[in-house]
Amino acid sequence: MSGSAPILETRGLTRFFGPVRVTGDVDFTLHPGERRAIIGPNGAGKTTFVNLLSGRLAPSSGQVFLGGENVTAMSEARRIKLGLGRTFQITSLFPNLSVRKNVFLAVAEHEGVAWNLFRSAASHRRQFDRVDELLDRVGLSDVAEVPAQDLPYGRQRLLEIAVTLALRPRVLLLDEPAAGIPTSESHIILSILDTLPKDIAVLLIDHDMDLVFRFAQRITVLVQGSVMVEGTPAEIAANERVRKIYLGESDHAAA
Amino acid sequence: MTAVVTILFFGVAYGMILYLISVGLSVTMGLMGFVNLAHGVFAMLGGYAAVTLMNQLGLSLFAALPLACAMVTVVGFVLERTLYSRLYGRSELDQVLFSMGLILISMALVRVVWGPLAQPVQLPDYLKGQSVVGGIELPTYRFVLVAFGTAVIVALWVIFERTLFGARIRAAVDNRGMAQAIGIDTGRLFAVTFGLGTGLAALGGALGADVLAIAPNYPLHYIVYFMVVVAVGGLGSIRGPFIAALSIGLADTACKYLLPEMGSVFIFAFVFALLLWRPNGITGKR
Amino acid sequence: MTDRSNAAVLVLPQAGTVGARKILPMLLWVAALAIPTFAPGYTPLASQIVVMILFALSLDLLVGFTGIVTLGHAALFGAGAYTAGIMALRLTNDPLITALSGMAVAALVGLVTGSCMLRTKGLAFLVLSLAAAFMLHELANMATSVTGGDDGLQGVSFAPLLGVFEFDFRGQTAFYYSLACLFAAFLLVRRVVNSPFGWSLRGIRENDGRMRAIGCPIYRRRLAAYVISSALAGLAGALQAQITQFVALRSLSLELSGDVLIMLILGGAGRLYGAFVGVPLFMFAQDLLAKEDPANWYLGQGVILLVMTLFVPGGVLGLVERVRRSLGRGGRR
Repeated sequence: MSGSAPILETRGLTRFFGPVRVTGDVDFTLHPGERRAIIGPNGAGKTTFVNLLSGRLAPSSGQVFLGGENVTAMSEARRIKLGLGRTFQITSLFPNLSVRKNVFLAVAEHEGVAWNLFRSAASHRRQFDRVDELLDRVGLSDVAEVPAQDLPYGRQRLLEIAVTLALRPRVLLLDEPAAGIPTSESHIILSILDTLPKDIAVLLIDHDMDLVFRFAQRITVLVQGSVMVEGTPAEIAANERVRKIYLGESDHAAA
Repeated sequence: MTAVVTILFFGVAYGMILYLISVGLSVTMGLMGFVNLAHGVFAMLGGYAAVTLMNQLGLSLFAALPLACAMVTVVGFVLERTLYSRLYGRSELDQVLFSMGLILISMALVRVVWGPLAQPVQLPDYLKGQSVVGGIELPTYRFVLVAFGTAVIVALWVIFERTLFGARIRAAVDNRGMAQAIGIDTGRLFAVTFGLGTGLAALGGALGADVLAIAPNYPLHYIVYFMVVVAVGGLGSIRGPFIAALSIGLADTACKYLLPEMGSVFIFAFVFALLLWRPNGITGKR
Repeated sequence: MTDRSNAAVLVLPQAGTVGARKILPMLLWVAALAIPTFAPGYTPLASQIVVMILFALSLDLLVGFTGIVTLGHAALFGAGAYTAGIMALRLTNDPLITALSGMAVAALVGLVTGSCMLRTKGLAFLVLSLAAAFMLHELANMATSVTGGDDGLQGVSFAPLLGVFEFDFRGQTAFYYSLACLFAAFLLVRRVVNSPFGWSLRGIRENDGRMRAIGCPIYRRRLAAYVISSALAGLAGALQAQITQFVALRSLSLELSGDVLIMLILGGAGRLYGAFVGVPLFMFAQDLLAKEDPANWYLGQGVILLVMTLFVPGGVLGLVERVRRSLGRGGRR
């Protein structure tokens, strides 16, 4: 990759659940603007890894650096403030609130107006302009006033991305953004990912190989919590061990 | 010395009653995730049923207890199937409100049937009075209470740890989805467990009628104690509430004996601190 | 926590109903002003209702808007009531000073207990809220020399309001005074729930995990809501002491915590006007049913709760909303 300093880095990241090592000694670097994917068979510890990065889980040992700063001991909230955004594997929205309000909540937190007690939310024009711009980017302007729970599932995933983008992340962790979306429609996700600002580093975790291989510049293969191999999509596709362990597994799962 | 023995004895008897009443609540809350404030209602019903069977129908204590227990088990089973099961998965607020409603309705009905005053237990002569043990006078009935309570608790633990039924409950507490996946009929399991839990509460209420007075405000008056035992003991556990109930029984008795002025404030201050330290109770995950 | 009972209020009102929504509440406020003139016999009862509405409104901020279910809200009401009562007997009996002190003390109690309790949720929080209120109740019960114990604080009298308006035996001053306080509190709460802060409280109620993931300091946000709610509950308690010239031990009891919760739910939580509908309904039902036998009233409350949770989630206002919506839908077709 480029010679720039990594935006996200882990050193010897390890996590045990009881006696089981779900993440083992992972050294991982992500550079500004990089498009990276993590793949691995079921139970490879992909979501655990994302949770360790985002601060939802604390590692048993090892460190996480964000923009060169050691964030290992920092809360999820602090990491978000430092530019680490994530979406969830299972859709996590405010179901009864309108699409616009969903995004507004994130904008308000990010721009520091969420402690305003006495000014009406509706009068925060600047923030709403940003909300509308984000909705426009993910193509949800037409349903801005619809409660999030009334959106079809695929569009909820888009809203999820809009909410996360509202935080102006420098690193974006996407945990299975296409989960539950028919493969035929995953290109919508891809086209939105294409419109992301070029300086955001994106880490994608997904089962959809088509999506992963079209999106990523580099791919990291996680097996049993450890990095097995890392390389360009072409290298990964040609790797014998990956074919055997990962692709064999997914053939099996599909059968 | 006398004071220590007296406190220990009364405290253990009290703790056992609290345990019998609360253990069912712990298991059902762990199993179904249902915030059931109305569990004390079943203890009260057990108390009323036993007292009526003894005082009105002249049954002996040892006939009245299992009968009262069986009757309330049926009531609990039916209520679970008809009402409680409709509120699984609803918000905590809805469950709190619903069980508050059950408390109020039960208080009204009991008041209409038995009147507003506490129901005295008329014990047979051989259980009245005091027994002298090691030079200390202690009420005879409490010995029966402790012995009977111990027998029930041992039986309960054997069922929970050694039988298939117990294993099913433990499996479902740990992971409901998995339990369903391996073919456990969780709906029926819930109903049976709920029924048994209420039956145990009834037994505790009946057995402890001279410790916790049987009156219409029973489910409201003692609710703090039952909830505290479950919260401190940890959800879904049958050992945690035992430790919690005994500790609270002993501490409460000691406080009332040594510091009658301060009442129960100390205990609740302690519970407060404990729950801040371990929100999921002494057996729960931190 | 997803709570469908609150769904309705979060959807924008349909055009055409906005007018009715604004005019009807205004009419109600004006009608309330006329009570001492046209129904002087009911003025004391009306004052009671106003105070309880204020108390229920404070609870709505927690239960309805933030999703905090507490069983010990009376602790804060009682803190305000005892503060006002004890101050009147020992320091000053100026109504405004004692009311503000009641608010301040309740806010402080809320800050202290809340900063502990809000670290937990679910069962632990419920039990802590019970235990905190229980402790205050026991302390007030024991400190007889200060609180009057079980007999309550009797003979608490207050100086004329602003040095001018005496608390008359017909209760007119008391009524206008408490109505003014309620109106001010209502404006405040409405402001707060429509602010970005208030929206974030709804966000926490809907999905606290997601709020955390967008960088919201949930604990501090919930604590702030808790303290505001505590201050308002304390104000309600202080008003209660002032207009009845008495502080009962009941003002700290579990029964009161339960009553106010039922009042709010009856009207509809998370709707701002739920307290205004629920409290009068509750008090009238109580008057009707408790007259002959308290058992009737227990039964009444129990049935209300069961019906509310099983069939009418969202309270009376939720029901009105749904009926109107289905009518509107029918009319358009």
